[in-house]
Amino acid sequence: MDYTFQFGEATRHLPYLLGGAWLSLQIGFLAFWGGAIIGLLGALGKEWGGPVVRGLVNAYVVFFTNTPGLVQIFFLVYALPEVGILLPPYWAVLIGLILNSGAYLTEIQRAGFTSVRRTELEAAETLGMSLMQSVRYVVIPHIAKVLFAPLSNFYIWIVLGTSMAAIFGVEELTGRAINISSSNFRTIEVFIITAAIYIAITVVASLILALIGRHGFRVKAKIF
Amino acid sequence: MLERLISEAPRFFNYYNTVFLLQAMGNTLLMTVIGCGVGFILGFIIVYLRRSEGLAWLPVRMVLIAYVETFRRIPFLVILFIVLFGVQGIGIQVSLFGVAMISIAIIATAFISEIIRAGFDSIHQTQWDTASAMNFNRLQTLWYVVLPQSWKVILPPAFAFMVMFIKDTALASQLGVVELTFAGKILANRGISAILVYGTILALYFALSYPLTRLGAWMEKRFASPGNH
Amino acid sequence: MPHLEITDLSAAYEADAKVLKDVNMTVDKGEIVSLIGPSGSGKSTLLRVLMGLLRPVGGQVVLDGDAIDYTSKSSLRHVRDRCAIVFQQYNLFQNMNVMRNVSIAPIKIKGWDKKTVEAEAADLLAKVGLADKHKAYPDELSGGQQQRVAIARALALKPEVLLLDEVTSALDPELVNEVLDAIRVLASEGMTMIIVSHEMAFVREVSSKVVMMDEGTVVEAGPPAQIFDAPKTRRAQEFVSKILRH
Repeated sequence: MDYTFQFGEATRHLPYLLGGAWLSLQIGFLAFWGGAIIGLLGALGKEWGGPVVRGLVNAYVVFFTNTPGLVQIFFLVYALPEVGILLPPYWAVLIGLILNSGAYLTEIQRAGFTSVRRTELEAAETLGMSLMQSVRYVVIPHIAKVLFAPLSNFYIWIVLGTSMAAIFGVEELTGRAINISSSNFRTIEVFIITAAIYIAITVVASLILALIGRHGFRVKAKIF
Repeated sequence: MLERLISEAPRFFNYYNTVFLLQAMGNTLLMTVIGCGVGFILGFIIVYLRRSEGLAWLPVRMVLIAYVETFRRIPFLVILFIVLFGVQGIGIQVSLFGVAMISIAIIATAFISEIIRAGFDSIHQTQWDTASAMNFNRLQTLWYVVLPQSWKVILPPAFAFMVMFIKDTALASQLGVVELTFAGKILANRGISAILVYGTILALYFALSYPLTRLGAWMEKRFASPGNH
Repeated sequence: MPHLEITDLSAAYEADAKVLKDVNMTVDKGEIVSLIGPSGSGKSTLLRVLMGLLRPVGGQVVLDGDAIDYTSKSSLRHVRDRCAIVFQQYNLFQNMNVMRNVSIAPIKIKGWDKKTVEAEAADLLAKVGLADKHKAYPDELSGGQQQRVAIARALALKPEVLLLDEVTSALDPELVNEVLDAIRVLASEGMTMIIVSHEMAFVREVSSKVVMMDEGTVVEAGPPAQIFDAPKTRRAQEFVSKILRH
């Protein structure tokens, strides 16, 4: 092994990479919340919808959780133009990630719904709470507490997943690393720094989520 | 559009393309299974070493914890690039398929070791104490007492992780590994309708993943039921 | 010379809170020593320290003339070779049937002959009244049956000293006597034992010596008649009067 690491050249690009990381976080944020809204509707539909709605939600979830997000986005980018729909790469990636995370978040949020036990609602009723009050004071805090950890984990997962945007020319963190490496011989150093930035931003995100969880939802989250 | 699909379909699903796609599908499954299999073995070794005692082993434990914590926070695509350029930098000959397998194993080791650790932790400390009071060493305790009790806790999530990773291996197409997604790209570049090609690729991933997902769910349910030793 | 000699033994789960403070005690061969005292007084901890499940922070344990070094693996193996412990919660290996639970350590750890071990295990199981349960798994047995398997498992190791840690505390009242009977048989055979128990009548009946502990120290030690009928220390008097009231 005669390769010697030289990070000097690669660290010159740090500000450029950090700019990419900011875009990664933005895409991750949008993909998560877009998916969370779809997931909420999906979970509601699966719990309380009629047979048709439930069938549709099921088909959506089963399809999107059993096929790769990357190929889903390939389909959006290369197949949709054949029927006259042209999506810019950024939007194709974002829509693909949102549809993908929506499927997973449907399952996660439904698990939260089913964790509310009838006895808790009965207890709220015996305390004289109205339906709205029991939803406000019993159901939502309970679901938030149950869902916080899986949602936090999923958030980290989706931030890492945004790296596939690079394949479609989006200049987020991985995309910028690829850009640098095509004009620079210190490829491996660039990708090691990129990996370190991913570690840093997900650790910070985990810490922030743990703090929110502890103070907002009384969840004793394990950060590591 | 429908006419185009119908007219192209027979040409697309000819003998050679079908064999090509099925081989690519086999490669997707193969690298996932081997990568995760290696990850399972290494993950087990990591958990074993993390249970070591004494100050002498402290540096080893710290390195292993750092490994597990960091490699669960790096995207698979970035790992693929690091391994690719890493083996090139060292100057050893590894096929692209090999690079993909190594990358899968690196990530799988980190995730599966956490699954195994949780499985071992599910065995009550008293079982460990009892065994050590009877002079079992750590390996004997694991082999005779802990593993037989914890595999039912370990296997379903480890299997689910592997099924999950089938989909992530699509990213290996970026290196040029001839797996299912790369096969799709090749066929699409030949001018065949992208709807037809990527629709088929999605269907093949589904055909691979869905039965395994169901199998995993069945396994989890079965193992959760008490009374089988 | 006593078989087991404990001198100024101290132990702590956390650095600042000692649970054993300078405990002194001797056990002669064939003697049955019972440890009594309120919960949290350090009785069970003492047994855990003797087995090397908790490392002592000070003092010395001498077994049959050899000082035990709890930091040394070979010394630890030596003491675990000669002492066996039965836990409050039985702690049978859930993945093994009764016969396997009893025979695994002699076969796999001590390397004794399988046929001989299994024949002896069958004798031991018959002795504790479980001759018909060889193939049963722990979760198919009652607590009392599990505890008797645990006793047979400890005896299969042919220990010089048997440690019994509140072996009846987790049992339903109607199951207590079947386990005590098994221990009575051992007592009549001259087994050296250290017993932690809350069954005072039983302690009085089988013990050659009773050691009363409180807050990690030995308050008073002596023959059962002394401890129960004429305790010398005030703390022992209080404890005995409390337990004899009901």
